[in-house]
Amino acid sequence: MTSRRGLLFGTLAAIHALILFAGFFAPYDPAEQARVIPYAPPSRVHFVDVEGRFHWRPFVYAWTPDPAAYDRYLEDPTSRFPLQLFVRGAEYSVVPGIVTNVHLFGVAGPARVALLGTDGYGRDVLSRLLHGGRLSLIAGLLATVCSLIAAALIGTLAGFSGGTVDQILMRTADLFMAIPWLYLLFAVRAALPLQMDARDTFLLLVVVLGVIGWARPARLIRGIVLSARERTYVLAARGFGAPRRYLLRRHVLPQTAGAMLTQAALLVPHYVLAEVTLSFLGLGVGEPVPSWGNMLGALQQYHVLTSYWWMFAPAVALIVVTFGYHLLTSYVHERMRVVAI
Amino acid sequence: MRILVALTLCLMPLGAASQSAAPAVSEELLIEGQGAGRHGGRLVMALRAEPRTLNPALATDSPSREVIGRMTADLIHVNRASQVPEPALAKSWSRSADGRAYTLRLRRGLRFSDGHPFDADDVMFTFAVLLDERVAASQRDLLMVGGKPAIVAKVDSHTVRVTLAQPSAAAERMFDSIAILPKHQLETAFRQGTLATAWTLATPPAAIAGLGPFRLKEYVAGQRIVLERNPYYWKADAAARRLPYLDELVFLFTGNEDAQVIRFQSGESDVIARVSPENFAVLARDQPVKKFQLRDLGPSLDYNFLVFNQNDLAGKNLPAIARKQRWFSDLNFRTAVSRAIDREGIVRLVYRGRAAALWGNVSPGNSRWLNTAIPRPPRSVEEARALLKASGFSWRPDGALVDGGGERVQFTIATSSSNAQRTEMATLIQADLKEIGMDVRVVPLEFRALLDRVVQTFDYEATIQAFGGGDADPNSEIHVWLSRGGNHWWRLGQKTPQTTWEAEIDRLMERQLVTLDYAERKRLYDRVQQIVAEQLPFIFLASPHVLVGARGDLANFQPAALDHPLWNADHLFFRPQLTTGRR
Repeated sequence: MTSRRGLLFGTLAAIHALILFAGFFAPYDPAEQARVIPYAPPSRVHFVDVEGRFHWRPFVYAWTPDPAAYDRYLEDPTSRFPLQLFVRGAEYSVVPGIVTNVHLFGVAGPARVALLGTDGYGRDVLSRLLHGGRLSLIAGLLATVCSLIAAALIGTLAGFSGGTVDQILMRTADLFMAIPWLYLLFAVRAALPLQMDARDTFLLLVVVLGVIGWARPARLIRGIVLSARERTYVLAARGFGAPRRYLLRRHVLPQTAGAMLTQAALLVPHYVLAEVTLSFLGLGVGEPVPSWGNMLGALQQYHVLTSYWWMFAPAVALIVVTFGYHLLTSYVHERMRVVAI
Repeated sequence: MRILVALTLCLMPLGAASQSAAPAVSEELLIEGQGAGRHGGRLVMALRAEPRTLNPALATDSPSREVIGRMTADLIHVNRASQVPEPALAKSWSRSADGRAYTLRLRRGLRFSDGHPFDADDVMFTFAVLLDERVAASQRDLLMVGGKPAIVAKVDSHTVRVTLAQPSAAAERMFDSIAILPKHQLETAFRQGTLATAWTLATPPAAIAGLGPFRLKEYVAGQRIVLERNPYYWKADAAARRLPYLDELVFLFTGNEDAQVIRFQSGESDVIARVSPENFAVLARDQPVKKFQLRDLGPSLDYNFLVFNQNDLAGKNLPAIARKQRWFSDLNFRTAVSRAIDREGIVRLVYRGRAAALWGNVSPGNSRWLNTAIPRPPRSVEEARALLKASGFSWRPDGALVDGGGERVQFTIATSSSNAQRTEMATLIQADLKEIGMDVRVVPLEFRALLDRVVQTFDYEATIQAFGGGDADPNSEIHVWLSRGGNHWWRLGQKTPQTTWEAEIDRLMERQLVTLDYAERKRLYDRVQQIVAEQLPFIFLASPHVLVGARGDLANFQPAALDHPLWNADHLFFRPQLTTGRR
């Protein structure tokens, strides 16, 4: 049990670290087009060269386009490029303000190493996957925080006040759940100005996801608050003249912590998927900024779907992240029940 | 100059044998082709959308035209392979000395697909319908030469004379788009003013007759339309067997190109047209096993272009775009953009080499009209920068381009979200222009919404669009180049030309319209191409190749740049298969 839990936490932490420091782990700038190698398959990393000699340092051969076909490439055995650590390449910012150009690995130009192949513009899929994950995951996390704050405030207010306030708030929540969001979003995108930069679109995504998602956790929290309010020890405290603020802080809110954490672990992957859906439909960030959603959008084309398996990389990443968060949810759920008893 | 078009094809002797219908005593059939064909078989083609109508006077969408084109015939037909006008229902024609009157002699003894005889009254009726304002036929514009309708007179039961207000360079081609309608079926509807609702998809097959190789058999809403062999068709092969060879022609309705490709791959359809280069590659991969006939016909007549919004925005509340129009109307700015675009990259990445890079509006596929003297400068970032510098632009230390007033050069390129290729082109151009400091954003929009912005609200900065493909003749482009034209997209709704070069194009286009001599017309149109290439109202990008495919055993498959695969549907047949066939 412990080792499995360790594996889970380790994997999730590793993914988040990779994505958070995407600039460092990604060998190239995600928008950089290498127009001579569109749809190149993943580079093969060799230890043994064509003459059968073994090299301690892994290396790649440069791709040369096969003149016979547009998307086929041959390895050029005369040009061996060893993989290097801490190479200097495109500039990126670790945190806003600090700019560097050191990447974990790479090869000397003009060769390129694309461990997950390239897309139709010759951009490195691995670099796009990491940078895109940063956008998708951070959007998911921020939106989760937004919705949970809204849900906690509204749910507690409704549950604790009861009566008319409760009715109004909960019917509003019902209304939010009944709206056909996808169509509304199309309408909203059409009404917005054409010119929106990636940051604004990103913020819009976060707000939209947060606004859409508050209703369900709010109802859950309201239920918990409502039942906690009627517990005998709460009634007793109230009988002793405890102020409402004390009651909330000391007796009611701690009851909701388990639900909040479980909801958080559930909502993050849910929102990552929602971002993917929105970007897939063209409502997310635009080219050339990558996100998992707009990367998967390329799979709408039949020829991409049938010809280039490495273009599925964001789907695989998405499955791992979603699965990890779901395991985390059940772990948190179990853990909280134990604490509650 | 007087041209008498002689019949290049000999006429069928009287009483020729035919396959099904007993020929009339004096049936003047057109003899075409080798005569090696085999009767029978069913050809299936998948259309992207369902036809909207079967009424030739109302059809404007391409699925309707595709189906109607197989059910109807015209007086003079432009051969899709040679692009030369050839005799069809008119066995011969002559032009008067002043170039205004055409006398057409019709074939005798012909019958509509319901067996009713055809004569000059049907032609008179067709022109009456198409020229009627209430019908609002799309062909009406073509028949208005010099602002006046063509006058049609019946000389005898098989001769008509068409008189135009002024000589027209493309008069013979005009007849190509006029499908002859059966007077006996549509006259009542026309008199009652209900022609616009006649011949819908719901009309029973017996109530629709035409002179084309096929006639309607069945329509299943949302699924298919089935045409069957017209037993009265007026063509025969050299072995005196009546055409067409095929028994049935089936059009399936599928949603989009990918669905068409999947159907073709699985053998559910037999021909496919307008394949994108990517899907063409997918089919080519299957070719060794499935033995498709895949053809790359070279550059099409279509041209893709980037256009900046130079419309008059007075009265529209679009201050941001109006401000950017200072750049868009600057020739140096447009030339710099053009010089910075990597057209070879577009050809290679977007079209996988199956396209021609463009510097003018005429595609290399149109060798008859192409001005080969237009320069084709290679990409040059340095020259683009020099041009921008000359117009007072400068660069900030971070490389961003700013204009003389210090404003950052930023604009959006709107593309149609359903057209992956145009969005890809925009993404490449975005990276190209970043090298000269421009900040470009690509915004894919739903096609209707985008078109509305381009032609109605003018709420866009730049867009990638495509024109062309109608006909090789310059007249098919006239609405684009005349300053008052409806496709003059960079600046619509001009009452008088706003620039001297637009005024010159107006003069040239109007002159070529009434010039009959090809060399002189070519000279005029060459000058138009030259002005357009210098002034760059459109920045031309690429002309995709025409890519088509057919089942391996389909014979006489001769796809053409116009109308692609089915233009000679009357000659198509299936070769006997050596192995056991599918059907």
